[in-house]
Amino acid sequence: MAAGRERRDRWQPWLESMAQGSETADLRHFYEAFPGNPADPIGTTPLAAIDLETSGLDPRKHAILSIGIVPFNLRSIATGASRHWILRPPRGFSGESVAYHHIRHFDVEQAPDLGDVLPEILESLRGRLPVVHYHPIERRFLDGAVRERTGTVFRFPLIDTMEIEARRHRRPWRMRLGRLFGRTPASIRLADSRERYGLPPYEGHQAVVDAIGTAELLQAQIQHHYSNSTPIGDLRV
Amino acid sequence: MDPELLEIQRHIGAHPPFDGLTDEQLDDVTRHIEISYYRAGSEIVASNQPLTALLYIRSGAVEVYRRSGDLFDRLGEGSIFGHYGLLRGRRSHYPAIAIEDTLIYAIDADVFDRLCETDNDFADFVELGRARLPSVTETQRVSNDRMATRIRKLVKRRPLIAEADESAREAARRLADEPAAALLVVDARGDDPRYTYADANGELWQVMGILTDADFRARIVAEGRSVETPIREIVSEELVAVQSDETVQEAMLAMLRHNVHHLAVVHRRRPIGVIRLEDVVRYETQSSLYLIESVFSQRHPNGLARLLPDVRNAAVRLVRDGADSRTVGTALSSIGRSFARRLIELAEAELGPPPVPYAFMAMGSMARNEQTLVTDQDNALVLDDRFDPQQHDQYFLKLAQRVSDGLDACGYAYCKGDIMATNPRWRQPLSVWQRYFRSWIQAPNAERLLHSNIFFDLDNLYGEERLIETLQELVATEAGQSPALLAAMSRNALNRTPPIGFFREFVTEKDGQQNEFINVKRRGTAPLTDLIRIHALACGSRARNSFERLADIKETSLLGPGVADRLSYALEVLSLARLRDQVLDIEEEREPDNNIEPRNVPAKQRAEIKEAFRALSDAQKFLRFRYPGPSNRIRTASR
Repeated sequence: MAAGRERRDRWQPWLESMAQGSETADLRHFYEAFPGNPADPIGTTPLAAIDLETSGLDPRKHAILSIGIVPFNLRSIATGASRHWILRPPRGFSGESVAYHHIRHFDVEQAPDLGDVLPEILESLRGRLPVVHYHPIERRFLDGAVRERTGTVFRFPLIDTMEIEARRHRRPWRMRLGRLFGRTPASIRLADSRERYGLPPYEGHQAVVDAIGTAELLQAQIQHHYSNSTPIGDLRV
Repeated sequence: MDPELLEIQRHIGAHPPFDGLTDEQLDDVTRHIEISYYRAGSEIVASNQPLTALLYIRSGAVEVYRRSGDLFDRLGEGSIFGHYGLLRGRRSHYPAIAIEDTLIYAIDADVFDRLCETDNDFADFVELGRARLPSVTETQRVSNDRMATRIRKLVKRRPLIAEADESAREAARRLADEPAAALLVVDARGDDPRYTYADANGELWQVMGILTDADFRARIVAEGRSVETPIREIVSEELVAVQSDETVQEAMLAMLRHNVHHLAVVHRRRPIGVIRLEDVVRYETQSSLYLIESVFSQRHPNGLARLLPDVRNAAVRLVRDGADSRTVGTALSSIGRSFARRLIELAEAELGPPPVPYAFMAMGSMARNEQTLVTDQDNALVLDDRFDPQQHDQYFLKLAQRVSDGLDACGYAYCKGDIMATNPRWRQPLSVWQRYFRSWIQAPNAERLLHSNIFFDLDNLYGEERLIETLQELVATEAGQSPALLAAMSRNALNRTPPIGFFREFVTEKDGQQNEFINVKRRGTAPLTDLIRIHALACGSRARNSFERLADIKETSLLGPGVADRLSYALEVLSLARLRDQVLDIEEEREPDNNIEPRNVPAKQRAEIKEAFRALSDAQKFLRFRYPGPSNRIRTASR
């Protein structure tokens, strides 16, 4: 279809090639099932909110401490389907001695390596478009960790709720105008963004809670600024 | 439990009905939630749709509407809705709209069913709205020792029974032989099945009344009658009896209401004993009756004022003992009346006998027997028509001042609306009062009625009964016939609306200290009492107590089936909430007031209070429809 072709973006050929070229069957299945058509409406697309807790901001030096994934769609977020993994950081990575929020040292010692739970993680993401708040963290950390363990690149389109927020509050002309009137730019951190939509404050820094918080934020953003028929190609990064 | 969901669990677990759940039950709830965001203005539930979940407001606000489009409820953070629908075939009844951006936790209906089956408190909470009326007073009564004390425990010996044809001499002789101070007089020829019983031989008798020492004194000796007079002629007409399983409290109230010192105690219809005031007083030395006795023994107004702490203690004990609002209201009104009566007696003793006959009139809550711990005085003087202001008013002004000042010293504050006998307008001869009432009834005006509403609850406090009775008769026969009066009163009754979104921040008021509160008198009991008064007048009821008025209204078809009961329930809940908060004030050494602070109200009572406000709101809607006032139209036109 003409419209479909027009909507083709850089991600679609990438997903197709990864579905064929990935090293492991798990990853091939993940890419095959990925909701890749940019014309698909967001309202009917299965989604999965992801949040990582990391020991720092540099994927070469820091490690993923925990992952929270919550499958959802624009109608509802099922708490019972949420998943949470505490991970043992690889040797040599900063994080072994980090003071974990909400995670007991004992849990970490017993925790698996990311490679051990990767099939479960891929399973819970399968067929779903990932949603994160501030995508550079999730994208770079996941890619780095998965590539190190499987040799396969782990990059895929996703929706970034911070990006959506930035489109509204960090438009260059608006920011310049705002500064002219002495206004500080609106914060687009998760908690501050949520507050703008009347969402309750959650105690942050727990992967599942932040993932749920991100999912709720996307529901709010779509209701306020978009619609269920907005194509995912307009939203993903 | 995944510790990650604790955030959600903690919020739910802090709100009723979940706050009473076990950790396991809460885990079950938390694992079966679907979260959804609703933008302000969007519909969360449409009417008559299948429902698959109990809806919990995590943040935001929701309004639930009736199918008619009227607001049914406004809910905030931590509230639930959809439970009525889940209980009734899992279909929604009323649509729900998000009025703010709202986050909903939808709790799976199967979990809801499991909780209803396994947790009685949960089931009670969500099923509220069904007939809840009996359970409120039931539980209070059971939970309480003293209130549960049956009057039969105080019955020490079998009653002395005398036949109505016996002579006074015979009866007196039997009394003298026994330590009992009263005889039950029975008659074979009775026609009142309520007091008719069969004796051991199967013979039918009717209990006619109680004969006491005082009756022999007053009716035989003082009147110089023959000792051969049959006792049928000297026994007082009215029999006051209580069932043996009624409480001591109820028996005490029966004495107060009927102003008697002896009660027959019957089991079903068979008399099993006689209870004397002294028996009850001995049992309850600190009771309101005891207090009343000591009021009348005071020789000076200062002595009366010193009884204020006793009044409060008596009320605190009644409320703590789980008395219903009617018991407390009657007790406090009786105490209030005795204060006023004693003050009048003391004033008369000092000022000398009145130049013309008069009646001291009680109005408002005292006349309705609905006083609480915060009450001001509403009184007036109705004077005989021979009253001449030049000659006599000096006396009555002094009388009014003494009573009014005395009441103020005893804790009954001056009336802010100046409805007191000290105001010359309210110190008038009967004919003027009749003119007042006729003008209120025939040419009412909402503004003028606003402050004289309470004149339609009037009672004799002291003096010439007939003066007050004339006015009561006038009100009972004429007020209900005046559509204009009912419409004007309706308009006033609709001025004060209940806070439908009770416990939601934006409907509470703030005091100087920025504490949240709701004035439960202004927003609840007062508009409810106003509304009941209008219906009572319309159906010609002569009752003054709001519960009695409702009973009269129930006999007519004025309100729909069940409505009078629902209003009784609402009045009970709101009155008790008010009394309980006043008691709390006293116990925490604050001056009691009519405000309740939502945070002091346990979750269960909150639900009852909400239900009561809802009943009031519905009743107000009916009132608006039933008595559409011409004054409404005039007002609109003049804008």
